[in-house]
Amino acid sequence: MKVSIYRYNPELDNEPYMKEYDIDTQGKDLMVLDVLALVKEQDPSMGYRRSCREGVCGSDGMNINGKNGLACITPLSEVAPGVLEGRKPLILRPLPGLPVIRDLVVDMTMFYNQYEKVQPFLQNNTPAPAIERLQSPEDRAKLDGLYECILCACCSTSCPSFWWNPEKFLGPAALLQSYRFLADSRDQATEDRLGNLDDPFSLFRCHGIMNCVSVCPKGLNPTRAIGHIRSMLLERAV
Amino acid sequence: MSIRTVTFDAIVVGGGGAGMRASLQMAQSGFKTALISKVFPTRSHTVSAQGGITCAIASADPNDDWRWHMYDTVKGSDYIGDQDAIEYMCSVGPEAVFELEHMGLPFSRFENGRIYQRPFGGQSKGPDDPTQAARTCAAADRTGHALLHTLYQQNLKAGTQFYSEWYGIDLVTTGDGKVAGVIAASIETGEVVFFKAKATVFATGGAGRIYSSTTNALINTGDGIGMALRAGLPVQDIEMWQFHPTGIAGAGTLVTEGCRGEGGYLINKDGERFMERYAPNAKDLAGRDVVARAMMMEILDGRGCGPNGDHVHLKLDHLGEEVLHSRLPGICELSKTFGHADPVKEPIPVVPTCHYMMGGIPTNIHGQAIRLSGGHEGEKEYVDGLFAVGEVACVSVHGANRLGGNSLLDLVVFGRAAGLYIEEALRQGMEQAEPNSDDMDRALSRLRRWEESSDGESVADLRQDLQSTMQNAFGVFRKGDLMADGVKKVAELRERIGKAHLADKSQTFNTARIEALELDNLLEVAQATAVAADSRTESRGAHSRYDFPDRDDENWLCHSIYDPKTQKLGKRDVNFKPKTVDTFQPKVRTY
Repeated sequence: MKVSIYRYNPELDNEPYMKEYDIDTQGKDLMVLDVLALVKEQDPSMGYRRSCREGVCGSDGMNINGKNGLACITPLSEVAPGVLEGRKPLILRPLPGLPVIRDLVVDMTMFYNQYEKVQPFLQNNTPAPAIERLQSPEDRAKLDGLYECILCACCSTSCPSFWWNPEKFLGPAALLQSYRFLADSRDQATEDRLGNLDDPFSLFRCHGIMNCVSVCPKGLNPTRAIGHIRSMLLERAV
Repeated sequence: MSIRTVTFDAIVVGGGGAGMRASLQMAQSGFKTALISKVFPTRSHTVSAQGGITCAIASADPNDDWRWHMYDTVKGSDYIGDQDAIEYMCSVGPEAVFELEHMGLPFSRFENGRIYQRPFGGQSKGPDDPTQAARTCAAADRTGHALLHTLYQQNLKAGTQFYSEWYGIDLVTTGDGKVAGVIAASIETGEVVFFKAKATVFATGGAGRIYSSTTNALINTGDGIGMALRAGLPVQDIEMWQFHPTGIAGAGTLVTEGCRGEGGYLINKDGERFMERYAPNAKDLAGRDVVARAMMMEILDGRGCGPNGDHVHLKLDHLGEEVLHSRLPGICELSKTFGHADPVKEPIPVVPTCHYMMGGIPTNIHGQAIRLSGGHEGEKEYVDGLFAVGEVACVSVHGANRLGGNSLLDLVVFGRAAGLYIEEALRQGMEQAEPNSDDMDRALSRLRRWEESSDGESVADLRQDLQSTMQNAFGVFRKGDLMADGVKKVAELRERIGKAHLADKSQTFNTARIEALELDNLLEVAQATAVAADSRTESRGAHSRYDFPDRDDENWLCHSIYDPKTQKLGKRDVNFKPKTVDTFQPKVRTY
């Protein structure tokens, strides 16, 4: 099959280009990451991140035939019709909207900064008990769909509001994390957290486009979380 | 070659659970701490831990007792786990787990609001009561992910200085054997820097990638073991590799033991629940070594499943959709993606798969690295300035076979213990070893070798040869002649890798260079494993030999110590002196 990969090494290239590779997958429905490993055997200079290869570490987010996803859990058969059969090329580009360091590797500093801005840690100033803090299964269930985020950046880098205002709009991943702590019955910093989001950009630049939901490889729903925070902000205002 | 030096009180190499627990401890107390990690910390392999963290917090059973957990762990280790270390881990464990909860770890809960605990393999209610216990604290089946993210978040709060995507190349040691820090390179820019510190903590994890089939992440290349061995330091019990019973056949991805804890069981091609024959009491929740061997026996006796009869089935459908989706949601996803089976409807194809390195850098309970005065024999000495925690360390709480859920406990208990010890040592004025230019040159020589290579075999081919050699000769069952052949092949690989070629010499995010440096480490781990496995002439825990099928307490109730300088295997006493309880005497191990 044909694989077309975005290549850029700032030491050698004046500008990025797409490089074509011929890869023999023996007709198998490999994961995109397996195909990348075959490319790397052929051309060790091609760079990409990877670690767990099972969709939990979030290293290998990339743009696969126009859609953001994790290479390790995206089988060729799900990329686009004809890719598995070799009728259409597999096209790999770095996540959009972030500076490219090299090839498929992007600089995620901006993404991590947004994450840090929401104070992504539990805040509770009451002295801790000798055992765990109790939490009912119902309260714990409120964290499902939130805590599972793997920080792969597939969502934020597919979001037009993030492309437009990456410094001021926090983006779906950071906002999902913000709500993960707002929703935690053990956290006491609700007022502070909401106060930090109450401006025209941090949260309100979300226009409900829902690209984040359609690309999240873990099936999470940042738009819904953002909606919950909106409601909390409105309630706080009245 | 002159390079920049950055100075810290302590540096931690590795951003998994152990490393981040250690750095958190030190950063919280105000010491200048750097954490160097070759991946952004939440991409470390701890993230893949699923089933939970085993600890007697007395939630599922209010009468639970850490001494029962200790007994299980000693027995699980096949009696070569150090009883003082196991005592420390099991007794301090509850405090360490409650701390994690206070930090925000989203544990699953029982109706009464306490942390959910599930049954795991090898758990009992003490030496006199083989009743299955439920001692593994869980956040659904994503406990490692929840733990790792929580620790990263707390390190952000504490102000740990992260060097993410920096790669440790080699230890800087002085002529008198003290550790002065590490040489590390920025993966993004290629810059090589000397990280100088009074305390260097290795938390570099395992090395499952020495095998072709493993549950381990691609990054698990034994970097800390490689660095220690190149510095002339020994490793302990490195022949002890755990094969997890349930890796998804073909893909190698892990399916948690928690599946069997929740009531799942293994069947052969006849639909028989075969573990009833091998472990009549504990059945599917016997020690991992026992279950893995039973599965291989079924497969070798022609009762494997699939067209090639090369795996068995893990049956879960009888648990019902609701339990599967609430308790094992990650497994349902993984099984569909990698096993092409929906566990709600059909069994998962599984096969024993390399999972965990029980051996490692020998340490005491404070993480202080140990060596012997004569290499593979002689008196115990501490390596000034070097600590090891987590999978890279052999403290030793796992001995010849680790119990499920004990690795996460090991990480947090000993990461924390090393942090506490170093804090105190720094307060009392720990010395900084001062390397001279020869010491620096020695630490940079490996990097230079690759940079100057102009011709030779490719890294990918050599890695594949190494992995298939290890897979064929040092798997679940081992044989003297195959291992002797394996030892020879690995020695040849050392020659070949010493002449291998790195074509891409660019500086910016050069992953080819990282893979070349990783290959050196895989080789070090593989050679130590091969020599140690070939030399331990008995069967114990995960080390199972056709030619020496029995445990030999007379000669081998001891740790093995591999000395890289002579490539010889020595012995070291196991600790049988816990401080607060009676010694658990070696017994025949049955489940």
